[in-house]
Amino acid sequence: MARAVTTNRKILNTAIAWGIGLLIFFPILWTILTSFKTEAQAIADPPVFLFFDWTLENYAVVQERSNYMRFLMNSIIIAGGSTLLGLLIAVPAAWSMAFVPSRRTKDILLWMLSTKMLPAVGVLYPIYLIFIQLGILDTRVGLTVVLMLINLPIMVWMLYTYFKEIPGEILEAARMDGASLREEILYVLTPMAVPGIASTLLLNFILAWNEAFWTLNLTAAKAAPLTAFIASYSSPEGLFYAKLSAASTMAIAPILILGWFSQKQLVRGLTFGAVK
Amino acid sequence: MATQQSRSAARLMMAPAVVLLLGWMLVPLIMTLYFSFRRYLPNRPDIEPGWVGFENYARFIGSSSFWPAVQTTLIIVGGVLVITVVLGIILALLLDQPMWGQGAVRILVIAPFFVMPTVSALVWKNMFMDPVNGILAHLWKFFGATPVQWLSQASLESIIMIVSWQWLPFATLILLTAVQSLDSEQLEAAEMDGASYLNRFWFIILPHLARAVTIVILIQTIFLLSIFAEIFVTTGGAFGTRTLTYLIFQRVLESQNIGLGSAGGVYAIILANIVAIFLMRIVGKNLDA
Amino acid sequence: MKLRNALIAASAIVSVTSTAALAETLTIATVNNGDMIRMQGLTDDFTEKTGHTVEWVTLEENVLRQRVTTDITTKGGAFDIMTIGMYETPIWGANGWLVPLNDLSAEYNVDDILPAMRGGLSHDGTLYAAPFYGESSMIMYRTDLMEAAGLEMPDAPTWTFIREAAAAMTDRDAEINGICLRGKAGWGEGGAFITAMSNSFGARWFDMDWNAQFDTQPWKDTLEFYVGMMMESGPPGYATNGFNENLSLFQQGKCGMWIDATVAASFVTNPDDSEVADSVGFALAPDNGLGKRSNWLWAWALAIPAGTQKTDAAKEFIEWATSTGYIELVAENEGWANVPPGARISLYENPNYQAVPFAQMTLDSILSADPNNSTVEESPYVGIQFAAIPEFAGIATEVSQEFSAVYAGQQSIDEALEKAQAITNDAMEAAGYR
Repeated sequence: MARAVTTNRKILNTAIAWGIGLLIFFPILWTILTSFKTEAQAIADPPVFLFFDWTLENYAVVQERSNYMRFLMNSIIIAGGSTLLGLLIAVPAAWSMAFVPSRRTKDILLWMLSTKMLPAVGVLYPIYLIFIQLGILDTRVGLTVVLMLINLPIMVWMLYTYFKEIPGEILEAARMDGASLREEILYVLTPMAVPGIASTLLLNFILAWNEAFWTLNLTAAKAAPLTAFIASYSSPEGLFYAKLSAASTMAIAPILILGWFSQKQLVRGLTFGAVK
Repeated sequence: MATQQSRSAARLMMAPAVVLLLGWMLVPLIMTLYFSFRRYLPNRPDIEPGWVGFENYARFIGSSSFWPAVQTTLIIVGGVLVITVVLGIILALLLDQPMWGQGAVRILVIAPFFVMPTVSALVWKNMFMDPVNGILAHLWKFFGATPVQWLSQASLESIIMIVSWQWLPFATLILLTAVQSLDSEQLEAAEMDGASYLNRFWFIILPHLARAVTIVILIQTIFLLSIFAEIFVTTGGAFGTRTLTYLIFQRVLESQNIGLGSAGGVYAIILANIVAIFLMRIVGKNLDA
Repeated sequence: MKLRNALIAASAIVSVTSTAALAETLTIATVNNGDMIRMQGLTDDFTEKTGHTVEWVTLEENVLRQRVTTDITTKGGAFDIMTIGMYETPIWGANGWLVPLNDLSAEYNVDDILPAMRGGLSHDGTLYAAPFYGESSMIMYRTDLMEAAGLEMPDAPTWTFIREAAAAMTDRDAEINGICLRGKAGWGEGGAFITAMSNSFGARWFDMDWNAQFDTQPWKDTLEFYVGMMMESGPPGYATNGFNENLSLFQQGKCGMWIDATVAASFVTNPDDSEVADSVGFALAPDNGLGKRSNWLWAWALAIPAGTQKTDAAKEFIEWATSTGYIELVAENEGWANVPPGARISLYENPNYQAVPFAQMTLDSILSADPNNSTVEESPYVGIQFAAIPEFAGIATEVSQEFSAVYAGQQSIDEALEKAQAITNDAMEAAGYR
């Protein structure tokens, strides 16, 4: 609904929007800035904003203390693995719901979403006992499967709403031309579904990356992702703001950068059928 | 349009997702139900486990913490929903206006969504809300006011603020896509007819956004009902911030009473379903899924 | 000295060759306290000596507790060694969840462990966890501010004196608070402090029939005194201050006095972190003339969960980490002030360590704490700042949340005590004590 406006109005818009944008972003900016301060500067009164002695000391300390790369790799593998696995299962399900709907489709969809409401803490013991039985405690496989299951309902739903917007006539035309089901999916649907799939993929990667209950409770050393890395820097003894900031920056930087670079794709598919 | 063949194919394609989710729901649910009728105190091997009927249920609901916890849960969910939806609409309308650097501003606004809940809780708690060293305390002092003791004296508000900060980007994004799809001719026509901005907002923009708002409320509710990290890190359930989820955590892990905690889990599922039904009734008609 | 090093090196080579075939990887869960982080940095020494490698799982205290408790109660076996405290050890040992440490080597010299620590980490006379460091609590105070206030700190002050001194040292404009104390909810945070304090006021958690005692006058006195003193002289927002928050306040020079764990002494006297390192004095935790002081007893200890396959390697690690050799290793690298304190008798007989300013007061505090006889009136439980029963952690966390709500001005002392009484009795009934 963008319309032409006067320059004055545009200046005003720009100023307000940037002001709000910076306000919302400020906590993250402050964390990043603090990570380059010494512990003493981090709690200086009054706070120092930009004019301090920039130091990489905190990053060095964090790197020396914990094997960041291993946590990072675990995060990437678990979040990525669960997203891809989920996609593999969700795409066919969403496809069939969108194009071969039945009376029960809506109920199934709502039921799937309702499984997300089961409070995780309440089932920690059952799940932990199952993990022990299966011998998958502290493994990336176990965690990948759990995160996939947690996000599966959202994935199915997102894909479903997206697929629903693909006009059925195109499919029928393809069918008339004698396309098989496989060809139909591969050559007709997939290209049209790419934005939706891409944004589903991104959103779930982010959700899996940030999941902090199961990733902490089902891992020890081998499969621990960045959420566990953070848990070793929160409230230690003594001054810790700068080190915590460095660890936080290291934990959120990869996903922040990914999110920013792919925000167009993320936004394009993130409609949940909201756009009519 | 759908043939018998495509129907069975469709069922086959749906099967993995349905079966997996059924398993993911049923196995823990059945175990939770089983535990909830049993005396199960792992820390007390001297007490024989056994069936106790509805004792755990009665004890959980009879505890003085139960109703306040339900109330706290609803306040947090409701508060965050109101804040994110209202601010989300305002932000979406603002971001839709012509301006310089729209893309960059959007990047700034969506950034909090990428931050792990643990990290955002830690950053807010220590670097912003700390009554001595926090930025907000410095700001208050700068204006000659006494710093607010956020996490003790305005605990619930603080948690709502932290969680809203995390979810505002999500709401804004969804609402922005909806705003951008608004038919500008219709708006211009209304403007010509002399409709004030408020009228245009109320009669044209808001109805258009209804569906997007529904989506935001639905998705956020699902996530908000089970928020845990934000409370665990900031107040540990003190100062009236104990939600139902947190109460269950205390029963299961701190008191090591699995039976009692499981009964609480069943109550939480019931509450979630009540909220879900309530939501469907109110907003479901917007969602012709 | 050179000869000794050569000998150590030689023996290291021998032991590497002899144990290389059995090299294991140990997974160790620990808390992110300074001493443990230092231990992590020195792990190479252990690997060199034994050939075993170590994977560290370093977590914040609350997360650690949650993690190891889940694992031990379900016999998950995710860890080969767990860092636990004096509260968990006897309970878990009694449940058969921990490997008894009754066959440690002769060089390890288990008799060198301070009796109070050994007692607290044993069940029925069997040691279940080896203390990595031990602590009591004591007063740390600013000698310069005390002098400016025209007061002198006795070695064993009373609460009345502390309250007066705190008021005299407080200077709100300069952001100096006379006294900083824990008020944060949680049984191991504010809960531990107020319980230890209440002992000196003649309060107790339970009578001999396990009835909660929050309806008694001593508890009311304790809370009224604490809240009154903190309103006069405490920092803003003390209701959310725990050990770490107070440590950072003290290090920034914002506290006149701080009553907390003895291990804090090495942090507040370390000039790298503390602005007030040169002017810190120490005294015993205060009393009220009732025969009990308000200091606690605690140890962070290493234990082996019964499920692990790597018991032998785990024992080797525990012997390494809690040995006198490890203490010497730290002293060599970081100086004597930074060695893990409070675990071994020999440390306090070492002239190098006796020169450390807080060594004697730490030892005196530890020696004056008696977990078996902690309350003025007789009580059925063991423990000073806790009652060593499995239900305590859950109950005390909830009770301390009620107390913290008082500190934040959200409810009255009477309301909080009434709720505490109900919470405790209810939980004790559920657990079959009453």
